[in-house]
Amino acid sequence: MVVNVPKPGKELIEMVSGYKSLFIVACGGCPVGCDSGGKPRIDELTEQLSKNGIEVEGSTEIDFLCNKALVGSKLIYHIEKLKKSQAVLVISCGIGVQATGNMIDIPVIPANDTLSSQGMQGLWPSSERCAGCGTCYLALTGGICPITMCSKSLINGMCGGQHDGKCEVENERDCGWNLIYIRLNELGKLENLKKLPRLRDYRKMDVPDKERTTTRWALEKAEIYSAPVLNSEKEEASNE
Amino acid sequence: MSKLQESLEQGKFTITGEVGPPKGVDLEHCMDKEVSYIKDRVVAINVTDNQSSVMRISSLSICTLLARQGLEPILQITARDRNRLAIQGDILGGYVLGIRNILALTGDHNSAGDHPESKPVFDLDSVSILTAMNSLKNGKDLAGQELEGVPGDIFCGAIVTPGADPIEMQLIKMERKIEEGAQFFQTQAIYDSKVFENFMDKASKYKVPVLCGIVIIKSAGMANYMNNFVPGVQVPDSMITPLKEASKEDRPKKSIELMVEFIKEVKPMCQGLHIMAMGWEKYVPELLDMCDL
Repeated sequence: MVVNVPKPGKELIEMVSGYKSLFIVACGGCPVGCDSGGKPRIDELTEQLSKNGIEVEGSTEIDFLCNKALVGSKLIYHIEKLKKSQAVLVISCGIGVQATGNMIDIPVIPANDTLSSQGMQGLWPSSERCAGCGTCYLALTGGICPITMCSKSLINGMCGGQHDGKCEVENERDCGWNLIYIRLNELGKLENLKKLPRLRDYRKMDVPDKERTTTRWALEKAEIYSAPVLNSEKEEASNE
Repeated sequence: MSKLQESLEQGKFTITGEVGPPKGVDLEHCMDKEVSYIKDRVVAINVTDNQSSVMRISSLSICTLLARQGLEPILQITARDRNRLAIQGDILGGYVLGIRNILALTGDHNSAGDHPESKPVFDLDSVSILTAMNSLKNGKDLAGQELEGVPGDIFCGAIVTPGADPIEMQLIKMERKIEEGAQFFQTQAIYDSKVFENFMDKASKYKVPVLCGIVIIKSAGMANYMNNFVPGVQVPDSMITPLKEASKEDRPKKSIELMVEFIKEVKPMCQGLHIMAMGWEKYVPELLDMCDL
């Protein structure tokens, strides 16, 4: 389970402003379990966007966006609507946003922020990864994550260690910021680099208790561990 | 106002030098040799911060010793080893010890150095260290808390790589550094005056002084090493071949001649030089004499 929560409304509107038409792609996996996805969220976002003068050309839900091959094969059915759209709003964790970005040639915008999974994920479908930084930057970085793709997780751009598009840490490793630069250049969005925040907020990597208890993760936990507690409470009640 | 700031504001062609602190507490080589060779010929001296991710005496300590001798240090601060609390603490700490010039760098990755198992911090980076300095200069820390006593005359520096590819990304970052308060730039080593000229054509619009980075090439081997392992640095064959052909005894002379030629070409394009002698400090006075500097 990758915990992801809706981006704050104001931040989301800032990210979509400047676009006239969007396509929405929703993940049918974790966001549904986190109550931050599914049909209700698509409807809510469609309404919110049209209130802000942005047309939603279409939407689709795909299980699961972390399966990139599946994303590609499903998006083909929406090619006409995608052609009419200037960008794709993705309801997913950071992995789904990156995987979707990899399949299309228009910008992706994350509708959600991914929180730290605080440990091993168990799934590793492809090269896209999400560190759960709690402040999804993908709208500004061409759908390529600076936190996981840059060895220093820099948000202010390329460091002096980049050489021939590679990282100073490993000769074969791509420089994440070079990939971002190339992608933004292709998208005609280099000015995005000027909009990135200067500082990171590390508090956002910590999962607040509220999120832990409102997710499927908590439900699973409740079923396994809370059932005996509930039963014993019942027993106590009947004894009285 | 620091002497460095004064010199640049007066439009003087300004020269800075650089020393690396030792690994261990024997200061003889660093202070009595490296520093003493260059101190009368430069306005200020950079002190590196665990350069190449190799653990050494802290930059802050050596800067303090320089300041006590009446010399002007430039405190290098990288983002690799300290978070924003420690960095802001060091900026203020340096200030009360007499340090006014600070240069912000991201820093090489830990994996390149002698403690590759250490935790890379990078809470800030070269841009946001400038944000921190500027915030402190304006009386508040990064969290917005008021300071008791404001270090208003810190002189903030940054670096830029004129030979970087893609150069556009480098210029965007340079602009970002200026927006965050960079008042002067020292460049990564550069050996091609045409490349430097092209860079300055684009960078001079910012009207922030640029000191051209000079690393004296000691041998063909060093040149090849830099070409293979130092990003953004390209030593042209026109410099490598004469060094390869020179005899071992003649090499320093040849090497200085090549640098003099390069300095004469770039001098009209920039506001000064930043000389990183890397063990060849003793040749710096001769080099500058030959350039009439």
